[in-house]
Amino acid sequence: MAVAAGQPTPKAEAGNPLVEGLERLPVAPTTLVIFGATGDLARRKLLPALYNLAHDGALPERFYLVGVSRKEKAHEDYRAECAEAIRRFSRRKPDEEVLKALLENVRYIPGTFDEESVYAELGKTLDEFEQEAGEPLNRAFYLATAPHFFPVIVEELGRSKLAHHAHAEVRVIIEKPFGTTLEEARELNRRVLAIFDETQVFRIDHYLGKETVQNMMAFRFANGMFEPFWNRNYIDSVQITAAEDIGIESRADYYDKAGALRDLIQNHMLQLLCHVAMEPPVSFTAEEVRNEKVKVLKSVPEPTPVEIPQIAVRAQYGPGHAGGEDVPGYLEEEGVPPDSTTETYAALRLEVDNWRWAGVPFYLRTGKRLARKVTEIAVTLKPVPHLAFSQEGSLGVQPNQLVLTLQPNEGVSLRLGAKIPGTRMIIRPVNMEFLYGTAFLSQSPEAYERLITDAMRGDATLFTRNDEVEAQWRICDPIVRTWAGTPGPLPKYPAGSQGPKEAELILREGDHWRAI
Amino acid sequence: MSPRSDAVWSAQGTTPDAIEAALRQLLIERHAENDRFMPARVLNMIAFVDRAWTGEIANRLRGVGRYHASRLIVFAYEPRRERLDARVTIASEGDPESEAIALLRETVVVEIGDRHLDDLITIADPLVVTDLPTLLWSPHGHYDIVEELLELAQAVLLDSVDEPIAREALDRVCGLTGRAYVVDLAWLRTTPWRERIAAAFDPPRLRRELNTITNVTIRHHPESTVAAMLLAGWLASRLRWRTSPLVAHGVDLVGKAHGARQDVTLRLQGAPELLVRGLEGLTVETASGRSLQLDRGAGGLRARARDPRGNVHEWTIPGASRGESGILGEGIRQALLRDPTYIPAVTVARAMLP
Repeated sequence: MAVAAGQPTPKAEAGNPLVEGLERLPVAPTTLVIFGATGDLARRKLLPALYNLAHDGALPERFYLVGVSRKEKAHEDYRAECAEAIRRFSRRKPDEEVLKALLENVRYIPGTFDEESVYAELGKTLDEFEQEAGEPLNRAFYLATAPHFFPVIVEELGRSKLAHHAHAEVRVIIEKPFGTTLEEARELNRRVLAIFDETQVFRIDHYLGKETVQNMMAFRFANGMFEPFWNRNYIDSVQITAAEDIGIESRADYYDKAGALRDLIQNHMLQLLCHVAMEPPVSFTAEEVRNEKVKVLKSVPEPTPVEIPQIAVRAQYGPGHAGGEDVPGYLEEEGVPPDSTTETYAALRLEVDNWRWAGVPFYLRTGKRLARKVTEIAVTLKPVPHLAFSQEGSLGVQPNQLVLTLQPNEGVSLRLGAKIPGTRMIIRPVNMEFLYGTAFLSQSPEAYERLITDAMRGDATLFTRNDEVEAQWRICDPIVRTWAGTPGPLPKYPAGSQGPKEAELILREGDHWRAI
Repeated sequence: MSPRSDAVWSAQGTTPDAIEAALRQLLIERHAENDRFMPARVLNMIAFVDRAWTGEIANRLRGVGRYHASRLIVFAYEPRRERLDARVTIASEGDPESEAIALLRETVVVEIGDRHLDDLITIADPLVVTDLPTLLWSPHGHYDIVEELLELAQAVLLDSVDEPIAREALDRVCGLTGRAYVVDLAWLRTTPWRERIAAAFDPPRLRRELNTITNVTIRHHPESTVAAMLLAGWLASRLRWRTSPLVAHGVDLVGKAHGARQDVTLRLQGAPELLVRGLEGLTVETASGRSLQLDRGAGGLRARARDPRGNVHEWTIPGASRGESGILGEGIRQALLRDPTYIPAVTVARAMLP
């Protein structure tokens, strides 16, 4: 007897009916080209991410990898270096057979990034791969180089006619920092968009690839209980903290040029602010999500030079103690100029001037060598309007506080008032806690695994759009300029402490920093 | 390997209430010892096993690693047993001194006999964590027990290739459908193959060739006919082929399905050389002369594609084998997900049975 088979959904009918029900969506055949192929990022993050995708069978059907870097070396030597990096930095022990299969299609091109011959060789290699595959291959150019090479590489790709392909998609993935000032970000956007269309450009902010950040969207938009109080009527303030207990380690060269504001606030922390403050997008497409984030950034008034001392604080860590050890101050760190005025701590008070958030202060702070490593968002609600209980003999009734912890223990905690057992009605705060680690079986993939796959699939949801980058810089640039024009020395805080006492100065009356 | 710390309680001639109280007490003690000890709260799993095979099942479950259910309740059945004995183990994954949280996973082994079966649900019910989904697994048959405990479970784990007769395996799945979500390990073994076929025909210029498939050959372990049937059923259901019963040709099953444009020849071939259960390979051909052949290989699937002009390309698609413990772990994880394509595939596969 013949039987009519199951009916594919209308959505699947419009596309590939075989992808329905699959957890992993197909990625089109691709050649990934890493510029800066022997650098730290490639070795520590990109190559291990590619291996883990291969291990899980999540790479495209046909996948080729080209490494481009200055050092002269043979393909075979580069493959050996890739294997070594993967064995050392992969989140799982590599399966040697899978590793071998991955490295089969790896080539290396030596040369400087402004050298025409490098791009001629690259073009030849890409063509050879297509011939070998017997089909057009998408191209993804990953710029994992020093930022000053970004426009150089992009323009050389344009000059060599590698930025477009008649039968396949070409994409460029650009690492942070995307400019160090608003002007630089605009200029970089101008130069990149002179060669590539915005839909081809994937600006990495690896924070967006973290499960924890994506969970914030689920937390806000998949739970009806929070929306009614998620506004100025019920929320008193928001504190976003990204504290690190370590110093600058061996990154003096980078860090002393960047500082805390550029390193974390301009990108990652403003992204977190957007996730807290954005309106629910109409759909979770790249454009809709990014439109909502840009609206938030545009709602943050550009700080004026007069306001900056009242809303922004910077400081440097001095000598102190961390983990029971004496540790040097920033100026004593190897590679740091003794008169450096680079901030290792920055705190801001921002406003989001829109209907939902007007009047609610958003506090952002980040720093090196603080008491503890933690990234969290604390949303403090307004106190109850009338208290019927005596506060005598207790810690008192405190406003509810919802804390979303992103690391190290990803979770949500809600501070509530509860009665202390006994004959009297005495209240003290208690915490109701949820930890993601206790509720899921799966291990989160590394951010780069997700981001590389999304870029190869052309899904830009977790990447920063050009206007988003510029909107972030519009907020930070006046502060960067004001600080650059203000001589040091900077306020100091002891390593291992809660940060500088000057941070209190930007708080609204009655507000306090949460203990780190 | 991460340090482990186990807390154990056991009793003979005990009761479900006492077991549940012991579980609670052990959890309180662990948390008091170090507040980084946190109970995992993902999934209950009830396994009903023959006592003689308890060790083998324990070994299989040990292999699932992080996919261990948060609370595993094993009923070790020995027909003549009169007394109800129990052992509770609270194991910690990781070291609370060095890790942010050390997850606690609970295992309760309850030894029971025939006299406990009639009211088994009253023993199981107090032991599951309320409000967590419950997965039921009975690897040694005992379908009457599955029926008895189904009221407690949202999902049933089974392996269709465990059934010697394919029709019985698929009938059983259909019998459970609508009462619980079925997680079939045989179906999960087809996942990489389904992913690869979907990906191979995903480029828009190839997508239209899905309507012109003329031949599908699936090579499988001789005891895994059901897995091959499920893969064929999946293709037929997704591509809306009308199917008829297949016919046995020696060890192979052969037949026709009717696509929108032409007939499709289906061939399920036993591959005696395959050492592990599951699929060995497949070949899909289209009217244009295009073909895609995928076979198990070292480090991934070995692919061989022929285009309409006769050009042949061969390559390896990297991917690690999950192994049987990996498949079981995936089965536990899938209890929390829902695959809408499984039941349509089963329905079509059942209609294709000889």
